[in-house]
Amino acid sequence: MTSHSSLPWPYPVRYGQQNSYDTDVLILGGGIAGVWAAIAARRTGARVTIMEKADTRRSGAGGTGVDHWNYAADNPCSAVTPEEMTQALVDNHYGYRSGISTYILNSSAYETLLEMEAMGGKIRDTDDEFKGAPFRDENTKLLFAYDYTNRYTIRVWGANYKPLLRRQCKKLGVEILDRTTATALLTERGAHGARVVGATGVDCHTGAFVVVRAKAVILATNRPQRIFTFSSEQRGSAVHRGGSNVGNGYAMGWRIGAEFTMMEKTMRTVFASPYNFPIYGSGNMHNTWYPATIVDANNKEVPWVDCNGKVLATADERCRPAEGQKFFLMGGGNGYPPPGLKQYAGPRLIPDLEARMLKGEFTPPFYADLTSMPWYERKVIWGLMVGQEGKTRIPVVQTYEKAGFDPAQDMLQAYDFLRGQGMAEVGAPQERTFGEIGVAGGMLVDWNLMSNIPGLFGAGDLLFGSQDHGNAATTGRYAGARAALYARGVSHGELDAAQVEREKKRAYAPLAESPDSIDWKELNFGVARVMQNYCSEVKNEELLTLAEMWLNDIEQNDLRRVSAANPHQLMRALDVMDILTCAQMIVQASKARKASSDALTFRRLDYPESDPPEWRKYIVINRDGNGGVRVTDRPLGFWGDLQSNYHPRHAENIAAMQRAQVSTAT
Amino acid sequence: MDTQPVYATPNPPTPGRPIIFDPNFCHGCNVCVTICPEDVFLPSPTKGSPPIILHPEECWYCGVCVDDCNRQGALRLNHPLQQRVRWKRKATGEHFRMR
Repeated sequence: MTSHSSLPWPYPVRYGQQNSYDTDVLILGGGIAGVWAAIAARRTGARVTIMEKADTRRSGAGGTGVDHWNYAADNPCSAVTPEEMTQALVDNHYGYRSGISTYILNSSAYETLLEMEAMGGKIRDTDDEFKGAPFRDENTKLLFAYDYTNRYTIRVWGANYKPLLRRQCKKLGVEILDRTTATALLTERGAHGARVVGATGVDCHTGAFVVVRAKAVILATNRPQRIFTFSSEQRGSAVHRGGSNVGNGYAMGWRIGAEFTMMEKTMRTVFASPYNFPIYGSGNMHNTWYPATIVDANNKEVPWVDCNGKVLATADERCRPAEGQKFFLMGGGNGYPPPGLKQYAGPRLIPDLEARMLKGEFTPPFYADLTSMPWYERKVIWGLMVGQEGKTRIPVVQTYEKAGFDPAQDMLQAYDFLRGQGMAEVGAPQERTFGEIGVAGGMLVDWNLMSNIPGLFGAGDLLFGSQDHGNAATTGRYAGARAALYARGVSHGELDAAQVEREKKRAYAPLAESPDSIDWKELNFGVARVMQNYCSEVKNEELLTLAEMWLNDIEQNDLRRVSAANPHQLMRALDVMDILTCAQMIVQASKARKASSDALTFRRLDYPESDPPEWRKYIVINRDGNGGVRVTDRPLGFWGDLQSNYHPRHAENIAAMQRAQVSTAT
Repeated sequence: MDTQPVYATPNPPTPGRPIIFDPNFCHGCNVCVTICPEDVFLPSPTKGSPPIILHPEECWYCGVCVDDCNRQGALRLNHPLQQRVRWKRKATGEHFRMR
């Protein structure tokens, strides 16, 4: 039996009880970014507390694993420098990718990975499983992915990294508040836009109210999901980011006046649809499955081509830059826009496959055929990549193999083209997403990873123009040290009792009975419907004004109807309230950008020209003190020189961690 | 036909069985309850029994409950029917699907 009515709640119910804590650095969200931030802040000598909605052993979008440590240009085998890598990644997103977080990633990914290794994580082929493979460096035993010539992305055995990171937090004496969802940031005197002095939360099992006083707060929560699509009945298996990733940090930051940018960027994408297949669990040839061979129904191989259109004869050639190209960024032909620049385009399947299929040259369905690949490619794709990547070890490798799938004999079906869509399995127009994959909008930060709110830092996916597991780890580590150093120089602020009481009232509101109550799911469906209708593929001022009107209407008239029967449902209700806030942020940013932008997959019917020069800039939004929205902008590349901004701070971080000598025995 | 008792019950959520416990192996240690990123489970009121799957439709199918279980075979992931993929054996052309 899986459904039970009226079971007694198994945890003590403590609604209204206030549990208070005091710390130097408070981290909201204990996923990959959060635990790395905690370790770094603690090593810098700060007292550290993590507030995590789930359980830090496995929580977060990256808690289930990682298979490739992307863009580690600081590794000893990389033929690409961190400066080249950052430039390429920012350019490839037409300027809409953060030079700050990207350079932190490119300059410290390997250094961070070595720390992972010291904690017990496997980062190299110590068992010599891949001896002789072209992607293996025989000296370091590191394995590389994608560009075997330039060797900047490292294949890793990351399925167990998260429990190891959590163990390290415990060893270092980090205070961990698991099953506690953060609900609001507290500011000095309760004033809008003032220094952050702590945060509140609700215990997801007991319902107790949690108040933490802190000198610095790091937002390390994930991006908002379920903005455009919600299906409680079909969604779980098909998405990268779990149901708990709702953008709590975005909503909390927004409410106190933090600045956000790129929030207008939403997209159609392969993984947004609730109708998709288990993540990484169907035949494809990009990312984790790169560079898999694809065949049609008659076992006819679909050719791969390089960026010059040259047909590639061997699997090895799919992992080499083209003539005239120094290096390439991840290939495979990911279908999600923007398409990127030719100079960095990796090998991919023939771009006219669909047309050639319609003419009869290829017959659907297609399959990923590892059987015909060299042993090392088959073994590294199935087992290491698909096996260590988040959500693959049990759901794909173990489950499929138990059902009889054998990568040496069997070809896994690709579902592309079967629904009239292209190779990218692109979803329906209404199945948009805010950053289910790719670089997305987020909190605007400076080179300290601090926002415009003093003491409020960010890390991981919440940062504007950022993405990926390695980014979460490296920016978490960097933000942890910066926040700890900041905390050294400030005293505790006083909590404002009225602000705490206001938040307590807001957070507990769903516990009140309402004669016309709705549950959190109905609220989520309602918000998603507004976004599908009025902030979707095509936008104009009228549509966006309607979106604004209807979301505000829901906020004013329907939130009071949301009802929760226990602390778990209360957590979900609070989640969807944050989803509503994030939807409002996306609408405000969409209203503020009065130009279309291919680079941001943003189309305005009333401003059809794409990326006109005067709109090639970051639109920045934040709430002013009167409930209105302030719109400013920043030029592309506003972060300035990479090296002179990064290196002194990074050196300071490392020196502070070494000086503090916080022992794991404490 | 047997005259089994008939009850008025609400429709169950779907997918309804993301996880299947084997009560012969599971001894109710509740590690899965502790670590589940989506808080899908509740500990059973009966000590030593498998947890209750209170929120099956919130399951993310990440599999950490299976991965981190102390007793192999105590629980398994059960993909929804609509997400059971298909494959073909290259040498024989035989078709298979996830069972």
